Order: sequence, then C-alpha cells, then structure tokens
Amino acid sequence: MPVTSPHAEPTALQFQRRRVMALAARATLDELRGALAALEAPDAVDLRPIETGLVMLRGRTGGDGAPFNVGEATVTRATVRLPSGEVGFAYLLGRDAARARAAAILDAMAQRIGPKTIADGALAGVRDRLAAEDATAAARAAATKVDFFTMVRGED
Amino acid sequence: MYVAVKGGEKAIDNAHRLLASTRRGDPAVPAIGVDQIDGQLGIAVARVMAEGSLYDRRIAALAIKQARGDLIEAIFLVRAYRTTLPRFGYSQPLDTDAMFIARRISATYKDLPGGQVLGPTFDYTHRLIDFALETDADAPEAPAESNEQPAPAPHVTALLDGEGLIERNPAPAVDAVVGDLTREPLSFPADRDLRLQNLARGDEGFLLALGYSTQRGFGRTHPFVGEVRFGEVEVEFFAEELGFAVPLGRIEVTECEMVTQFRGGAGAPPQFTRGYGLVFGQSERKAMSMALVDRALRTREFGEDIDAPAQDEEFVLSHSDNVQATGFVEHLKLPHYVDFQAELGLIRTLRAEHAARRAPDAAEPAERREAAE
Repeated sequence: MPVTSPHAEPTALQFQRRRVMALAARATLDELRGALAALEAPDAVDLRPIETGLVMLRGRTGGDGAPFNVGEATVTRATVRLPSGEVGFAYLLGRDAARARAAAILDAMAQRIGPKTIADGALAGVRDRLAAEDATAAARAAATKVDFFTMVRGED
Repeated sequence: MYVAVKGGEKAIDNAHRLLASTRRGDPAVPAIGVDQIDGQLGIAVARVMAEGSLYDRRIAALAIKQARGDLIEAIFLVRAYRTTLPRFGYSQPLDTDAMFIARRISATYKDLPGGQVLGPTFDYTHRLIDFALETDADAPEAPAESNEQPAPAPHVTALLDGEGLIERNPAPAVDAVVGDLTREPLSFPADRDLRLQNLARGDEGFLLALGYSTQRGFGRTHPFVGEVRFGEVEVEFFAEELGFAVPLGRIEVTECEMVTQFRGGAGAPPQFTRGYGLVFGQSERKAMSMALVDRALRTREFGEDIDAPAQDEEFVLSHSDNVQATGFVEHLKLPHYVDFQAELGLIRTLRAEHAARRAPDAAEPAERREAAE
C-alpha cells in the first residue's frame, strides 16, 4: 500500500502536461476527437489494455489535517505509443474507454509538439467552454449570496 | 442459522421475471432514463454514491433504477459492483479549501470572507407540495446571475485558529499508514482515520439519529455549524509511471465543520474542539450528522466518559453500515427450517417437562413439588 506520494513540485513541462490532462479529463469524446483531428494525430498502439479500476479518494481530517479514506471512484486508464515513439498516458474519472484512449494520444502528442501548443490550440475550445461554465456556475452562486442582519431581541 | 436448501429454481426464475416486469411498471408509461435519474434525482444519486462508497454517478443512477428506488438495495448493488474492479491506488488528499463553491454557509459568523452563499437549497422553502411539477409546465425560470467577482472563501475554522481559539487539526504524520477498512477489517479501538472512513460510508438515517441524540443530551457537545460547503473539487492521482500527480477530473462533495465545546486543562488554555464531515455529492444532512458523531466519538482523546450510544465507537462503527445491517436483518427471511426444527424439538421437551412437573400424580419428591410452587 502506498503510504504517501511524493510531493515534489512539478517541472514546467509537467505543469503544462497536467494542464492538457486536466482539460482532457473534462472534455467530451467529440471534443477530444476534434482536437486529435485538428492535430492530424497519427494512429497509436495500445501499450497495455485500456482498463477501468478504482482509485480510493482521500480527504483530510478537518479539511487540512491527517488524511483519511472517503470512498472510491471509478477511473479509466490508457497507455499508447505513437509511431514516432512518444508514450502517452491518461487517467480519467469514469468508465469511458474511448475518452481515455483519445486523452492518452493527446498526451503523447503534447510530448511531441509541446503541451502548451495543445492546451491553447487544439484544446482552446474546451478551455473556453469550461471557463464559461465555471463562470456561469460562479455567477449563479454569487446571486444567492446573502447578508444576514441580527435583530435586537426584546427583553420582555 | 441459515442452512442451504435445494429446489425452487422454477419459482425463483419466475419471481425474478415478475420483479423485472413490476420494476418496469406500466409499459404505456415511458421508461425512466439513467440520465433522468442522474439529472433530476441528484440527491438520491449522491446518497447511493456516498454509502455505496463509489463515486460514479451513472452507476449509482443505474443502481437506483434497477433497485426500483430502494436506495439501500442500490447501495448494495454498487458495493457489489466495486468488488469487480482492480484498485489503482489512492488519490492525493482532496483540497476542499480550493473548492468551486456552489453553497457555503456559516452559523457562527454572519460576515465572513467569501460570504454566505445559499446555493441550491431546500432551506427557507415552505415545504408545500408544488402541483405545477405534476404537469408539463415544469420549466423553471433561468437562475439569476450576479457579476460580483468570487472572493476566496477560506475555511471558517481558520479564522478561529488564527486566534488560537480552536484546536488544530492533527498534522499528517510523515510515515503514517492511512487505515483502510476495505483492506483490513475494523478492530477496536479504532483511530480517527478509520472512524471517519466508516462514517463517510455509514447509513444517513443511523448517523442522523445518533447526531440528534447528542443534541438531546446523550453525549452533549454543544455544536455550532462553523461551516457547511458544497461544490466541486479536483481529484489528483500520483501515477508512478509518470512521476507526477495527474488531474482526473472533478467530483462534488459536501463538507461540514462543527465547532464544539471546549477542552483545556492545567497545561493548555480552553479551546473549541472540532467534528468533521465529508461526503460525496450534495448531502448536507449526512455531512452534518457525520461531524456530530465524529466529535462524539473523540471521547478517548479528551478523557470524556462514555455514557451515551453516540460516544461508544464499537456500537456506532459496528452498526453504521446499512449493507451489513440489511444483510443480517433480512437474512432472517431465508429458510431456517432445520434451525427451527431444533427449536420446535426443544420447546416440546420443555413443555413436556413443565407438564410433568404440574401433574399432581407426578412421581416427584414432595418437597421439590412444594419448592416449585
């Protein structure tokens, strides 16, 4: 059982790869396929079978204390290799094998042509959609913000 | 004791066919879709995910459909499903401070950084049946939007902690192994990590009743809701082959921080204590109940007496799991014929002995008969 995971800060390249992965994790299958088509991504081979499994999700006692296990989530992973040799990985919440495979090819492409190019190029539409959705959700929450007034209680 | 029986295959098959048809209901009425359950019965989906201990909205929605809306049956289905999947590992701890907040309220501070955000809540509704929902006119107006810039919303207890008025959360020990009840059976005494895991998947009704009991005086902690927040958090998983934490997507969670009565002693000034709840999905009642029971169970830490059910960790943790509970209660309806035959034999023997003692001509010594009377 892994006890703690390394907490080393990601390198600049890893940071950008994570950005691509974060967008891919929330992209639809059509969006991922559209991005691959835009990149003219070649076909890739599966280095291991696409697999759905579980990740145990952890919380922290009190929000910031010692970790504990809250419950599991389904996660699907894929590992692919491009003809040019780059190996791409994907881990996505859920059970969608096709999305995981497309996301893994995208990660391999990110290593070939640079993750920033993809995050702000082929995935720019996804980035903008997600930002708009987050903004709408935040605006709707903000409209329910209240100011409570404390009333002075009578003595009799 | 349940003893295996043979036979009845045909009747069982037919019962299952009848169940499938009953589940479907009137074929003239459109079948309910998994998307509809996920989208419109989201609180039921949240409960099945939390107590099924598996975050997968579609699996939970499908289980609710298959179980005809029996949520404990659906939770059972989800628990069974998870046993078919391999475990990839453990996530990085969720960062609830960085939550994309849909709702966040505090009962302790009226004005706080980030504000009081009501979000989609039943609070302040009048609990009147809305007959409009019965018709096709169920098309609510679009939610209002405010262009106010969202301000950071730090945890409320951090405000108290800034003044040293509340106990610190236990720091993560560097090499501590995080207990996992899906790997090792529960044993007592149980540490707080195991207790929280047990409560996070525990039955909402059971925890609600226990939390309520502490409010009524059975293990009183004088709680305040420091904060309840609901929204999305990012999940990250450290992938060995990559060497960095991979973002997996977002999930919805509800978190509750209870601020509870003081502790302190010769060596330390009095401080508020804490109870904590964290649950999948929008599940405020469960998160609050969990936080109340978490605090009640911390008796050993604070040298408190155990004199109420909610403080007794063996009682609480052994009975919180509704899949175990329903299994043991409902197994009583399975054939117990052999066991019952033994009981029948025993009661006949006892009655025969009783009758023999009562009979006036029984060949018993006179003094024993007198003693029996």
